Amino acid sequence: MRRQIPFGLVFIFGIFMVFQFFVPHEKSEWVYEFLLDWIIVIGIFALALGIWSLFKVSVEKIKQGKEGGNYSYITLVGLYMMVAFGFTQQTGEGWGLYFLWIMLCSACIVSLMRLRASTDSGKKRMWALASVGFLVAAVLVAIFDDAWAFFLYTPEGLENSMFEIFFDHIMMPILATMFSLLAFYIASAAYRAFRARNVLASLLLLAALLVMSRFNPVIPGAEYVANASNWLMNVPNLAAQRAIVIGIGLGIVGTALKIILGIERGYMGRG
Amino acid sequence: MEFTSFLWLTFGVFVTLCTMSFLYKDNPFYKFAEHLVVGVSAGYFVIILWHQGLVPKLFERLEDGDWYYGFLNSSHWEYIIPAILGCLMWARFSKNYSWLSRWPMALYIGISAGLAIPLEMSNKVNKQLHAMMVEIDWANFFGHDGFNLLDVTSGFSQLLIMVGTISAIVYFFFSKEHTGVFGRVATFGIWILMIGFGASFGFTVMARISLFINRLQDTFDWGGVAFDSTNQHYSGMFPGVFWAFTLFVIGYVVYEIVTYLKQRSATTQ
Repeated sequence: MRRQIPFGLVFIFGIFMVFQFFVPHEKSEWVYEFLLDWIIVIGIFALALGIWSLFKVSVEKIKQGKEGGNYSYITLVGLYMMVAFGFTQQTGEGWGLYFLWIMLCSACIVSLMRLRASTDSGKKRMWALASVGFLVAAVLVAIFDDAWAFFLYTPEGLENSMFEIFFDHIMMPILATMFSLLAFYIASAAYRAFRARNVLASLLLLAALLVMSRFNPVIPGAEYVANASNWLMNVPNLAAQRAIVIGIGLGIVGTALKIILGIERGYMGRG
Repeated sequence: MEFTSFLWLTFGVFVTLCTMSFLYKDNPFYKFAEHLVVGVSAGYFVIILWHQGLVPKLFERLEDGDWYYGFLNSSHWEYIIPAILGCLMWARFSKNYSWLSRWPMALYIGISAGLAIPLEMSNKVNKQLHAMMVEIDWANFFGHDGFNLLDVTSGFSQLLIMVGTISAIVYFFFSKEHTGVFGRVATFGIWILMIGFGASFGFTVMARISLFINRLQDTFDWGGVAFDSTNQHYSGMFPGVFWAFTLFVIGYVVYEIVTYLKQRSATTQ
């Protein structure tokens, strides 16, 4: 029964959602909106599993003394800081003891990680005391400092300048640089893989070269290259992408049908 | 620009260079940037999903109820159900009750799969087929202004898109052997697909290069800000930070070169 009920639920809700799409009644649309909200809420609750898993993996890395395990502190302190900034905002002009509170909570998190990673009982006691001490101090600062406040149910935290700074000066530069580095790796992979061995490989090579040189103003016949590249993107490339998108769509529909009918069951796990 | 903002800009340049240092080899600076971005991104998405998902979809719906009745006196009490189902996801933490987490998972997958069938058929299949079935412009088959095969709206281009799409789909049909006329159509399909893959590859490379140029521009702009004496908050601290950071980077590069030379001489001995 532990497996049969979930498969029954998948079938009932799956079939209902398929038929609901073709019923243009306001009650049907209300149910559609309601169930759509359900999956968003369930999905967000599942995020807690991910965060717990991140914490567990980070602590394990420290515990096992793996190379680079100490970088896990950076991950968890970064995670905590972003969450803390997103739930708080200053109430007046200054920040008061806000940054002291951030530091105390960060120290508490590091102590908790050390506590979970320690195997020696003496050290465990020391880190437990340290984490409780930092936590009490952080709570006291939060109670008595009125320069800032918590905003759990209103989005003031999204306008916290520290939240914006972390996004603009940490997250975006690193992510943009990581994606830009891929240019070097795919270019070097292409240098090794692209050989004009036959007609198909030559077509691939020529199309890639043409598209890559379309914004280059110094090559001879730049205007013609730009036009040819534009045509390539909008005609043969469109035909290929359209065929692929149709294939993907049919594949998704096929997989969804297999899931609803209980043919595909791998997602439910064992046990 | 104020000095604090300049310090954050400097930190942005620092993490950019830390990430770029991976081009040389995996090193502590790259590891620092990598672990930092994992944590900060996770925190960012927690906050975004909380404020833009959980608050409007759950808390705002239940807010006119009260804790004593477990929100059951709320005008939208039915939203307590997804909250309970969401909590059941956490049964994964328990070895004995982890099977309970299958219920919300089943609902999630059932609803998503049921939703995907009509939506994917409509958005990915029907709309693409509809866009493909256009009336060919025979009057302007070779271009609108004289002979121009690169005219993307000419009849020739329209015909090529239609024939190319059908041929590419035929290539993926493996229930019939690719021989004879069917085989030739499939061969034309693979030609179209290869051109498409090549164009997509070139486009991706160009997108990455433009990101790289943007990161370089930001780094050079940082140097410009450090020496911008027209800045109303300008002080000697700006170039001071610039030179300190530059010396730090040069110091690390020299350290790496010296370590490399030492290793090489040890290997040759």
